[in-house]
Amino acid sequence: MTAQLEAPHTTAAVEWHVVCPVAQLLRERGVAALVPGAGQVAVFRLADGSVRVVGNRDPFSGANVMSRGIVGTRAGSPTVASPMYKQVFDLVTGRCLDDEAVALPTYASRVHAGMVFVAVAAR
Amino acid sequence: MSTSSAPQPHGAPAHLVVVGNGMVGQRLVESLRARDESGRWRVTVLCEEPRPAYDRVALSSWFTGASEADLCLVPEGFYDGDPLLDLRVGESAVAVDRAARTVTTSTGAVVAYDALVLATGSYAFVPPIEGKDLPGAFVYRTIADLEEMRAHAAGRRVGAVVGGGLLGLEAANALLGLGLETHVVEFAPRLMAVQVDEGGGAVLRRHIERLGITVHAGTATAALRPGGDGSVARMEFADGNGIDTDLVVFAAGVRARDELARSSGLTVGPRGGVVVDSACRTEDPRVFAIGECACIDGGVYGLVAPGYAMAEVVADRLLDGASEFPGADLSTKLKLLGVDVASFGDAHAASPGALEVVYTDQVAGTYKKLVLSDDAQTLLGGVLVGDASAYPALRGLVGGPLPGTPEEVLVGTAELAGPTGNAVVCSCAGVTAGEITTAICEGGCADVPSLKSCTRAGTGCGSCVPLLKKMLADAGVQQSRGLCEHFPELNRADLFDIVRVRQVRTFSQLVREHGTGRGCDICKPVVASILASLGNGHILAGEQAALQDTNDHFLANIQKDGTYSVVPRIPGGEITPDKLIVIGEVARDFGLYTKITGGQRIDLFGARVEQLPAIWRRLVDAGFESGHAYGKSLRTVKSCVGSTWCRYGVQDSVGLAIDLELRYRGLRGPHKIKAGVSGCARECAEARSKDIGIIATEKGWNLYVGGNGGFTPRHAELLLSDLTTEELVRYVDRYLMYYVRTADRLQRTAAWVEALDGGIDHLRSVIVEDSLGICAELDAAMAAHVDGYADEWRAALDDPETLRRFASFVNAPGEPDRDIVFVVERDQPRPARPEERVLIGGPRLEVRK
Ligand code: SRM
Ligand SMILES: Cc1cc2nc3c(=O)[nH]c(=O)nc-3n(C[C@H](O)[C@H](O)[C@H](O)COP(=O)(O)OP(=O)(O)OC[C@H]3O[C@@H](n4cnc5c(N)ncnc54)[C@H](O)[C@@H]3O)c2cc1C
Ligand code: SF4
Ligand code: FES
Repeated sequence: MTAQLEAPHTTAAVEWHVVCPVAQLLRERGVAALVPGAGQVAVFRLADGSVRVVGNRDPFSGANVMSRGIVGTRAGSPTVASPMYKQVFDLVTGRCLDDEAVALPTYASRVHAGMVFVAVAAR
Repeated sequence: MSTSSAPQPHGAPAHLVVVGNGMVGQRLVESLRARDESGRWRVTVLCEEPRPAYDRVALSSWFTGASEADLCLVPEGFYDGDPLLDLRVGESAVAVDRAARTVTTSTGAVVAYDALVLATGSYAFVPPIEGKDLPGAFVYRTIADLEEMRAHAAGRRVGAVVGGGLLGLEAANALLGLGLETHVVEFAPRLMAVQVDEGGGAVLRRHIERLGITVHAGTATAALRPGGDGSVARMEFADGNGIDTDLVVFAAGVRARDELARSSGLTVGPRGGVVVDSACRTEDPRVFAIGECACIDGGVYGLVAPGYAMAEVVADRLLDGASEFPGADLSTKLKLLGVDVASFGDAHAASPGALEVVYTDQVAGTYKKLVLSDDAQTLLGGVLVGDASAYPALRGLVGGPLPGTPEEVLVGTAELAGPTGNAVVCSCAGVTAGEITTAICEGGCADVPSLKSCTRAGTGCGSCVPLLKKMLADAGVQQSRGLCEHFPELNRADLFDIVRVRQVRTFSQLVREHGTGRGCDICKPVVASILASLGNGHILAGEQAALQDTNDHFLANIQKDGTYSVVPRIPGGEITPDKLIVIGEVARDFGLYTKITGGQRIDLFGARVEQLPAIWRRLVDAGFESGHAYGKSLRTVKSCVGSTWCRYGVQDSVGLAIDLELRYRGLRGPHKIKAGVSGCARECAEARSKDIGIIATEKGWNLYVGGNGGFTPRHAELLLSDLTTEELVRYVDRYLMYYVRTADRLQRTAAWVEALDGGIDHLRSVIVEDSLGICAELDAAMAAHVDGYADEWRAALDDPETLRRFASFVNAPGEPDRDIVFVVERDQPRPARPEERVLIGGPRLEVRK
């Protein structure tokens, strides 16, 4: 079990939602998940085993497909390429590296007791 | 002062105090620090906000997940340990004594200066109405404002924005994102009155309303009234109407923060702003003002680009330069709530005699206007709403002749020539075409990132990036030979040889030993294809799964709405009635759109990921297999009906097409591979437009290679004539394997043959005369492919681990994606268009059983 903790990016109180066993995630591949308060998210497991979570909606096509993109790196930062029109997004910041005006929402995540958790702002 | 404050190069550094660490103040410090090599200036920066400079232009992205660190403008470590820089966060200037040359700060400290720069920006203007200070009323200027807005919005329902300009619409977008029912109240009769004209405003309004935002134009806000909890509950309009709202954002304009100048007796402009000359200097030679707080040439600019220009001027002046403010380009392009809006040059046709040409497309929701000189020869400006793709090119043409008739330019048929010389390419950073060209030709910039760091072009709003790319291409920049940043020196053929000769089995090993990083969407599919060409089991086995493009990963073709299409193989286009019926039944039962393709088979569209296995199960049970429509692999071998039925046919083209399709099915290559077989020279199979074209003769077959339809059509060239079937298969085997080994990524055979040194003669010498001595290897490789073939759909169905990936949601595998919405057209489903989705309003239209 890896206990990896990251600071949630919101300052408001957050709710953690369990998504799936981390063992179910292929390395360098994503899955989509439904998370209350966030809608569809894309959950990625990186080569080093860490987990990153961004919105599943591709801002360029409007389709919910980000989880199906190819994971990689650009200048060392982990990225995912939209499977639709191939724009690349930074998996840490959510920023689109091909169009600075565009970003995916990002969500804090942690792996605890073998399960992946995703944080959303408490409402 | 002839910069009397400027210290001499070898003396003790003089002291510069910068009031304000906003976008412009920070730019000044960076620019000065970069130019002041001999350390003539020591700089103290007073920063009122609780955090150092951040990207205010991108403020709204804070709501969509950008963190404070993402927005931060201060390069890492910039202020740390530099003895010449002192950033005082949370400390503001409260008074300036010009006679004593000191600034008093909020901590009571008194700081002496040799030069002072005011970079205090603006504050949001709040109209003096009753209730403006109630809890729940906000402005939209700082990260702190956004934090408070978000906290207040939690659990509340309605929000209203006062002001329908650029900022107001951005705020409205943020309220929508916070899940509030959103209203925009604008005093002027249209939205974005500063940027767009009446026609553009109307088109914009329709777009905005379609998003569910209620627009109240021509409406004045009169008062805010509290509810039971003491915070805003109602907004009243001057006409007596009003709306219930829980949150109000004032975005009704900004005013320069010139209070320090006023209290220290400096002149301010008629509508505010510290009056400065073209050197950004006030009447006191030791005091400068830059950015939004400055009034220069009689104007105050609310955009960052003119502010940056002022920062550069002052950095230069502090070092004895003679720069002057060049004037501002007020062109803007934005994507507001998904709608492109751009205005440039004389957008309101204010020049004497200016002509306007307007083109509106009600259906597409676009509005385009060009402003021309009175002789209609010179472009003066324009407005684009709904589609601003022509903006970068048009902006570069302002002041010059139109490259076509106005109609051609507006509907986008004219070749828009690239800008040259002094035309501004990047208005955010004020970079001209000439500077970009210099950076490319003399500065060695070979890609957009290097242009950004070299010229700063493209570092602001990003709208000039497409133009930068085009200028690089036009300058004939040789892209490096490598595939991508992970394999900077190796192309596909190199990688193929490494994998083959060293028997590399995984991407991880390859990138560790021969590349850097963890790959990307360019190199991973290439390596996946190489591994597949060399026979490494199922393409979704082990680590290979993570390398595949979405099409290969789901063994189907992704469509615009995220659903997939399913194409069973129908070799040679021949199909039994029973199998046709099965396809019809599957399509009917799963509600799939059905179409006969240009490749003589049938495509079934609109399958959601979680439906794919069930669809394949039915097809596989009926004897179908994957048609690899998703792969860079053999597609179809098209055939005409041939000698079996046709009165002119001289050979059995259907029989040969089926044999070839079954032989090469599943072969993965640099790009897709298509073939055609015609039963006589009438060529009904269009074989000469294929990678492999075969045409029957009295004596056997003629073999043509390197044909292409598609983007750059090319007729296949005759390689060999009158072959027996056995000979034909042997040469096609070798041709394909030689191509698979040596072509570039995404290079069809047509381009590959053209690029071969010696062209088709070289090819003939290699695969017929064996000039390279590799024919035995090529033959063996093809034999291994043919023996190793297995249907990918069946293999996936047989493996529970793989099947589990065909789930819509990992935590709700059977749940469909509710955003996929179909409508019925000509008795079949198709994806709903955005405007239809609004009409349908969420619930699925039932077209599936
Ligand atoms: C379905 C079909 C159109 C139709 O309804 O008839 C089609 C559909 C697509 N074609 Fe095609 N092409 C289809 C026949 C053709 C043909 C005609 C032919 O094969 O006889 C051509 C011209 C011949 C040629 O390839 O040289 C053709 C030239 C292209 C090209 C341009 C290739 C080029 O070299 O320039 C692309 C783009 C690419 O592959 O990069 C393309 C790409 C596509 C893609 C894969 C676009 C995409 O990435 O989403 C389409 C998706 C298919 C799907 O099922 O979702 N399609 N496409 C045809 C499927 C044939 C089949 O049964 O497999
Ligand atoms: C939401 C939003 C979107 C925008 N979008 C765009 C856009 O797309 N394009 C564009 O060109 N512009 C845009 N702008 C405008 C742009 O942000 C400003 O033009 C730019 O920030 C001006 O820079 P500045 O340094 O002059 O002022 P600011 O960035 O406001 O910085 C001034 C700083 O000085 C501080 N200060 C004030 N008084 C004192 C004092 N007495 N002591 C110490 N510190 C003090 C303030 O707290 C502030 O931090 C946008 C603005 C907002 C709010
Ligand atoms: S021609 Fe274009 S639109 Fe038509 S199927 Fe081919 S790729 Fe799609
Ligand atoms: S025009 Fe905005 S970054 Fe170049």
